[in-house]
Amino acid sequence: MINMNNVSKQFGDLVVLKDISLQVEQGKVVVIIGPSGSGKTTLLRCLNVLEQPEEGSITIDQQTLKFSKKISKKEIREFRKQTGMVFQTYNLFPHFTAVQNVMEGPVTVQKVAKAKAREKAVDILTKVGLHEKMEVYPYQLSGGQQQRVGIARAMAIDPKVMLFDEPTSALDPELVGEVLQVMKKLAAEGRTMVVVTHEMSFAKEVADEVLFMDNGMIVERGEPSVLFEQPKEERTKQFLNLIKQ
Amino acid sequence: MFLLSSFLSSEDVTILQDSFLPLLKGVLSYTIPLTLISFAIGLVLAITTALFRISGIKVLSGIARVYVSIIRGTPLLVQLFIVFYGLGNLGIEALKFEPFVGAIIAFSLNTGAYASETIRASILSIEKGQWEASSSIGMSYLQSLRRVILPQATRVSVPPLSNSFIGLVKETSLASTILVSEMFRKAQEIVATTYTPLLVYVEAAAIYWVICFLLSVLQGRIENRMNRYVKT
Repeated sequence: MINMNNVSKQFGDLVVLKDISLQVEQGKVVVIIGPSGSGKTTLLRCLNVLEQPEEGSITIDQQTLKFSKKISKKEIREFRKQTGMVFQTYNLFPHFTAVQNVMEGPVTVQKVAKAKAREKAVDILTKVGLHEKMEVYPYQLSGGQQQRVGIARAMAIDPKVMLFDEPTSALDPELVGEVLQVMKKLAAEGRTMVVVTHEMSFAKEVADEVLFMDNGMIVERGEPSVLFEQPKEERTKQFLNLIKQ
Repeated sequence: MFLLSSFLSSEDVTILQDSFLPLLKGVLSYTIPLTLISFAIGLVLAITTALFRISGIKVLSGIARVYVSIIRGTPLLVQLFIVFYGLGNLGIEALKFEPFVGAIIAFSLNTGAYASETIRASILSIEKGQWEASSSIGMSYLQSLRRVILPQATRVSVPPLSNSFIGLVKETSLASTILVSEMFRKAQEIVATTYTPLLVYVEAAAIYWVICFLLSVLQGRIENRMNRYVKT
């Protein structure tokens, strides 16, 4: 489903991704862990082309972007429609109600009729447990509820891949569970997901593969049981020890 | 009424009453239309200029900078004189404007420049995450602007734009200098026959104040409506 080949990304002189290659098969959940500044968020944002790499290529399903040549805005837009992005800080549209947030993509981008888009938005919001909060504005929702609207908004454009950028990092501890539960539900439905997170229990329970990143590189990858229990690389061991404390 | 009558002679009261209708006529036929039309055109100019400024296209942002710099760097009164007397004296028929039209041109250009900075600041005040979220669901630049950024920027810009609007109401009095019969010019004409400058100019001032007071009430209502989606 996803094929990332030799992707490199720099911010000025700072190299944040070094020659990254990554494959994700359809229906798999890949969790990326690593210290802050390791490049994991940048990697995820490259999949959505919120950051544009200088080198390499990314293929999602049938579409490929080669970054060595000039890419038009339209190509990027088309490519983006294949992924649904969930942000750390939710980034809901504050001037829209929950249901309007979810309808926005289908109505404005995909030109779906409003009534139909609304029906679908209601379905998705029901699925994430927010059917009673449809008509309220984001500021009236708790962080966990806002993030579930964020997930619903991303799902509404029918993406082939869901991307999660530290979806629970901004949440109060007691609200983390409800968001992770929704994510588990999506994983169980067989959605392809790439998740950057610090929630190791989620990684252990849900991930098909865990990547450990440091310094712009994928240091180690493997099934969660293997990577967490018997890490091979020294840096992976250090990181896992640090977060256990 | 008792207090007033101890200050005002009965002749004064008559002058005030007689001048009220002409002044009101100046308000209704010139002051208000001049303000509304100039502000509407000015807003269109302002949004365009603000978008030019943030476009990242050098030519466009250059044009916007020069425009704002010239208008902000010169007095409105001088701009009025250039548009009306200056251009009118060129001998080109198309540049000879009626006083009312000349005033609209000058006030629109002036409002456009000042308000563009307000609008630019409001657009820039919307967090980057809003742009990212809208692009992430596939929106184009213009779609993001129209659906997500400008609606939020509008809320932010209501207080400063209201300032500009209320300011414009009062600045229309400058149009008296290019022969527009707005309220202040009417007041001057009345004073020329009654020789009661304090009385009539204070009356004119009171009318300006009432208009501006009503506008600030309206501003409050608009703000309440706009704030419905933010925590108060």
